[in-house]
Amino acid sequence: MASPPGFLTSSIDAIANWARAQSSWPATFGLACCAIEMMHTGAAHNDLARFGMEVFRASPRQADLMIVAGRVSQKMAPVLRQVYDQMPEPKWVISMGACASSGGMFNNYALVQGVDQVVPVDVYVPGCPPGPQSLMHGILTLHEGIKTGEYVRT
Amino acid sequence: MTGQPPGESATDSEQVEVVPQHPILVGLASSHPAARFEESITGQNVFRVAGDDLVSFVSAARDAGFNMFIDLTAVDYHRQRPEPRFDLVISLLALDANVRLRVLVGLGSDSAVAPSITGIYPGANFFEREVFDLFGITFTGHPDLTRILMPDDWEGAPLRKDYPVGSVPVQFRDTPKVQ
Amino acid sequence: MVDDTTTDLTDDNISGAGGDERRRLHEVWAIGTEVPDWVTASTAEGAQLMVPREHASSADLLEEAGALVDDDRIFVEDSVEDETTILNMGPQHPSTHGVLRLQLELNGENVRRVKPVIGYLHTGMEKTAETLTYLQGPTNVTRMDYLAPFHNELCFSLATEAMLGIDIPVRAQAIRVLMTELNRVASHLTWLATQGLDLGALSIMIYGIRERELILDFFEKTTGLRMNHNYIRPGGVAADLPDGWEQDVAEILEVIPKGMADYHDLLTNNPIFLGRTQGVGVITADECLAYGITGPVLRASGVSWDLRKSQPYSGIDKYEFTVPVGENGDVYDRYLVRLEEMVQSLVIVRQVLDSMPRGDYRTEDLKVTPPPRKRIDESMEALIHHFKIFTEGFKVPPGEHYQAVESPRGELGHYLVSNGEAKPWRLHVRAPSFAAVQGLPMMMGDQLIADTIAIIASIDPVMGDVDR
Repeated sequence: MASPPGFLTSSIDAIANWARAQSSWPATFGLACCAIEMMHTGAAHNDLARFGMEVFRASPRQADLMIVAGRVSQKMAPVLRQVYDQMPEPKWVISMGACASSGGMFNNYALVQGVDQVVPVDVYVPGCPPGPQSLMHGILTLHEGIKTGEYVRT
Repeated sequence: MTGQPPGESATDSEQVEVVPQHPILVGLASSHPAARFEESITGQNVFRVAGDDLVSFVSAARDAGFNMFIDLTAVDYHRQRPEPRFDLVISLLALDANVRLRVLVGLGSDSAVAPSITGIYPGANFFEREVFDLFGITFTGHPDLTRILMPDDWEGAPLRKDYPVGSVPVQFRDTPKVQ
Repeated sequence: MVDDTTTDLTDDNISGAGGDERRRLHEVWAIGTEVPDWVTASTAEGAQLMVPREHASSADLLEEAGALVDDDRIFVEDSVEDETTILNMGPQHPSTHGVLRLQLELNGENVRRVKPVIGYLHTGMEKTAETLTYLQGPTNVTRMDYLAPFHNELCFSLATEAMLGIDIPVRAQAIRVLMTELNRVASHLTWLATQGLDLGALSIMIYGIRERELILDFFEKTTGLRMNHNYIRPGGVAADLPDGWEQDVAEILEVIPKGMADYHDLLTNNPIFLGRTQGVGVITADECLAYGITGPVLRASGVSWDLRKSQPYSGIDKYEFTVPVGENGDVYDRYLVRLEEMVQSLVIVRQVLDSMPRGDYRTEDLKVTPPPRKRIDESMEALIHHFKIFTEGFKVPPGEHYQAVESPRGELGHYLVSNGEAKPWRLHVRAPSFAAVQGLPMMMGDQLIADTIAIIASIDPVMGDVDR
């Protein structure tokens, strides 16, 4: 959002960014073991709803955050790209877990070595699988970045 | 100590005749004299049959009580032993008698073709497709022999021993350290 | 190696691109991002897709498992209802339990044919297993069936120990039974949560995971991780149970039955639940056996077969428990069977708690077990020994072995081939979910779309197991 700086537009920017951060709706992209931990993050003990995110949209057209949770195989990579393309701007991507971030322990023919080969990633959450606290730290980092306007692409 | 690969007969020079114990297996061995009975190093029941006899042997096994189909896979013994290069491994289970059976079929690298057993056990469908996908072994008589795990336009058979693991170099592992 | 004899029939209808365009990438609308060059594949998957009915011969249709061909509703002349639609479900879908893609041929809401397409989670784990030593093996296999990681590790460890010919101390065996049975409860709780969620009972999702967190806390205390533990290794287990484990397990044994009373209240006699699950997804015992479907699905169809009873392992025959068996083979019976299995697993856990033997938590066979940490500082031999095990690994005599355990999904088998080296020559995993997904067309024929969701949830597939 390249607009000339000024008092009115910058405070509208700040409000808009705040609103986007506080209600970023994730698209369900749980692939493997990390998906289970993502479910746990959204469920009882570690409640993701308090950050405005319990609504996991099944349709990417209604989502603005894609949490790639799990290993991305060669067959899945075009599907991943297609789902990413179907999300409207502004959108963000969290790469959850070691396999999504870098291929993890599976450095072989079958996996894409890091989902950033296919989509641009904003936050990487390490772990195998990252526990709910780690994932929430990643999500809150993303929220901070959205509020300050750091994660914006022109 | 490398290589006494499995799938060959006993390590001594003389042929030790191993006889199956269970009555079902004794019946199978007597009705298929060309099938050779072995015991794995852990004492499991293994029959080695030729590709041409496979369908009749498996059919007889099912009639003898092996009503559950368990597994179908392949092993690539590339350069571990003389031809045949591949072993097709079929695992069956007889519920009432509580007996397991493993059937090994040797397939050469030039003739990696086996008859499909989906006519006997429909459950072999996906398993044969997986072996076709990952090893390149063809099954005649299979209703839908297409790739199942790899993308449809993939080239090569990944689980063969001459197919590389496909690892990418890890960044920064070999770079010199900064002073 | 694509089979050249299949006719190129899948162009127009399904993927929206035809012929040579099949490989062209779909339109990209992203602002400011470039699609890398190598992403030329499309999501079409070519020959793996379902052939539309008008292009398929009746011989082909008859060979397709579960396909409904002879039906007046389809072939009535001059009727507007003789057209069917091919609907694509997945691989990105909230209710397919991971990346399962189903192509459904529908007549209205009625399912005529189903073709599953799998492989979207293929990780090449069997190839990776050939590059890891036997001590590293459990880290790899534990991520296959990621809801029952202890069972994967147990199967691999048992296979290795059988080929090595070593015995495991009784305490290690009891710890293994404890962890695997608690894992069974945790896995069934996840199944319950997702089954309820898929059918619309959203609170069951919260309840199921609430109870599961308790078990995962215990796992984290014992093994260091909530999932994918690498705890059960060839030779025993990685570490002894922590102090105070008896209190933790006793608390689990107290809290979970109360939760189960809640589930029974909410679901078992609920008319909506009954209406959606009774008579849905029926599979007969003969079909289960022919397809190799084991576990709760087989038991719900009336066959009393449980590997813990018929071919026991790891000392589980010392404990008394019953195996629940259903009658009708529908979704409701599978639900009842799994709930009862949870109860029986807790029965086993209570017996293990009361009778945990003292002793070593891993074998003393020095070839397999690294020395205790303190000894490495004292003894040169221990240091060398530790070094050899963790760098080169221990060697397993050549041969082959098939080991099966009863995982929460059915018979999980590891076929291990060794050539005498420190890394397996071949590891093949016989995944229970692979066979179960194969049986989906049989279960879904002539049902409604909404039933397909209930059926997928009821066979409890884990795609990591299916695709490996």
